[in-house]
Amino acid sequence: MREFDLREQKVRDLNAQLHSHNGSQASDGYRVRHPNGAHAVAAGIDAPLDVEIDGHVGYYCAGMNQHAEVHISGTAGSGLAENIMSGTVRLRGNASQYAAASGHGGLVVIEGDASARCGISMKGVDIVVGGSVGHMAAFMAQAGNLVICGDAGHHLGDSIYEARLFVRGAVASLGADCVEKPMADEHREIVRELLERAGIDADPGEFRRYGSARKLYHFNVDHADAY
Amino acid sequence: MSFDPRAQRQSATFPPEVLAEIQRAADTGLYDIRGFGAKRRLPGFDDLVFLGASMSRYPLEGYRESCETGVTIGTRFAKKPIELKIPITIAGMSFGALGANAKEALGRAATAMGTSTTTGDGGMTPEERGSSKTLVYQVLPSRYGLNPDDLRRADALELVVGQGAKPGGGGMLLGQKITERVAGMRTLPEGIDQRSACRHPDWTGPDDLEIKLGELREITDWQIPIYIKVGATRTRYDVQLAVKAGADAIVVDGMQGGTAATQDVFIEHVGIPTLPAVRIAVEALKEMGMHRKVQLIVSGGIRSGADVAKALALGADAVSIGSAAMVALGCNKPVYPQDYAAIGTQAGCCHHCHTGRCPVGVATQDPALEARLDPEQGARWLRNYLTTMTLELQTIARACGKSNVRNLEPEDMVALSMEAAAMARVPLAGTDWIPGS
Repeated sequence: MREFDLREQKVRDLNAQLHSHNGSQASDGYRVRHPNGAHAVAAGIDAPLDVEIDGHVGYYCAGMNQHAEVHISGTAGSGLAENIMSGTVRLRGNASQYAAASGHGGLVVIEGDASARCGISMKGVDIVVGGSVGHMAAFMAQAGNLVICGDAGHHLGDSIYEARLFVRGAVASLGADCVEKPMADEHREIVRELLERAGIDADPGEFRRYGSARKLYHFNVDHADAY
Repeated sequence: MSFDPRAQRQSATFPPEVLAEIQRAADTGLYDIRGFGAKRRLPGFDDLVFLGASMSRYPLEGYRESCETGVTIGTRFAKKPIELKIPITIAGMSFGALGANAKEALGRAATAMGTSTTTGDGGMTPEERGSSKTLVYQVLPSRYGLNPDDLRRADALELVVGQGAKPGGGGMLLGQKITERVAGMRTLPEGIDQRSACRHPDWTGPDDLEIKLGELREITDWQIPIYIKVGATRTRYDVQLAVKAGADAIVVDGMQGGTAATQDVFIEHVGIPTLPAVRIAVEALKEMGMHRKVQLIVSGGIRSGADVAKALALGADAVSIGSAAMVALGCNKPVYPQDYAAIGTQAGCCHHCHTGRCPVGVATQDPALEARLDPEQGARWLRNYLTTMTLELQTIARACGKSNVRNLEPEDMVALSMEAAAMARVPLAGTDWIPGS
């Protein structure tokens, strides 16, 4: 496993090295020490690398990840794994705003809590949060699954499209056009499978499901007060 | 009582179009959504004229002496700046708003002319990439179709904060244009009214933006230029904050800029015209010592080589055209009158891009309508138009004694109205008076 110490080396050097594998099937391992809140650490990887980051990262860690497994032992600043396409990003601490924003695929696991707008604009990514999420989670969420093992803040799923939201704890309030939906066996299976992949021990039967009422899909004067 | 037509007087406050709009609103309960740009009269480049050569200025011979038109965009940070042969680029217009044939025509024409074209909300299509030698990839709030592969395939990125037709507003694509392919590219259900976000999902404010640009630089290994596009509003601050955020180039889009669909109230009542925006942007760059170091691209109602010359004379490095390029492809052309009538309009007044029923096959996803625009023919029309604009630009530059179009300067112009003199900060014709100076 190759090591980078960001006290002595630059993020640019790290990312250039990681990107040297882009487009290949290389599964090399990297350990990144002392990130000390640096931004864009391990952003733009396109190879099945295994990247271990020891410490706290700044904004956009593992942004636009493709294929790589990125593990962070610390907390993450805004935009963790933004626009992730594939692979897995696992955070052992808490995440700041916009975690997994506009993610198209892959899996993002946040073992702690996530701040506001977790899963905003998500487009197919699966997100599992071990703790709670802040307000406006899954705002304008288009596709994918967001599993929240704790509580959800205000306006969950505001203006949601076709993403599926699963919450085990309390929901402070639902956003525009987001409603609770029946939890069928197929949905419990989705939650079970995601919890298993995330390595989080929770009972799928304790989750409730939320999604779009689809009343705002077409402009209609009778729904204008929902905006 | 007898009817005297001479005694019939329409209200200036309630002219026929206002009466019609009030009654339309009463019928539907929704604001008017339409395409195209501002239709009201605005202070613009028509209110400026060039002085040309005289006893104290030496003109260049029109057909014999060269007049350079090339410009390099992205010299600040990018390892691979963009070299354009003409300072007229094609603005971002989405596949979805436009059909595939129109996008292909734009790409072919831009490539033939040695200039760039730009993607739009909805992502990059293989056809567009294939037909465009130099393609600018927009990073928009919606992030529809955004992916790192296309990021790396692009020749430049344009992070869109806003656009002139609707600064502060997001995109809109009504259900009739959300075909299976468009829906697939945007990860949305087919046929729904799609409202793009007005803010980016993963940054808030200029300090975040600087970090966001840093991430995009990292992902693209600092290879390609990154533009920031803003709608013209608080232009001085936006330009300076874009410089601080690390932009290679700034696109300032005035309120005459077009759109495929947005609220009429937005188009006509939000933003400032292109004319003052250019001057403010140049001043903002000069104040920071960044004029010509961070390139300025201006858009919003550019129609002719004269408009280009005036924008460059005020200090822009290049311009971008959207609506005018569509017009070159046939938008509002007096053909298929019955199809204009079917959507309640006529050639010359059509702003019905939002309906998807574009009679000339430009702003549509309908295969039968799209077939009316042959991409090769469209590319030829646009190429001719761009050539004409370039010749006009060179004609003016030579007349002002410039061997490079970017040597045009404010001192080459005067204004025909007080508004234009104040906004462009050039003297009112026949005086040495600049209002406010």
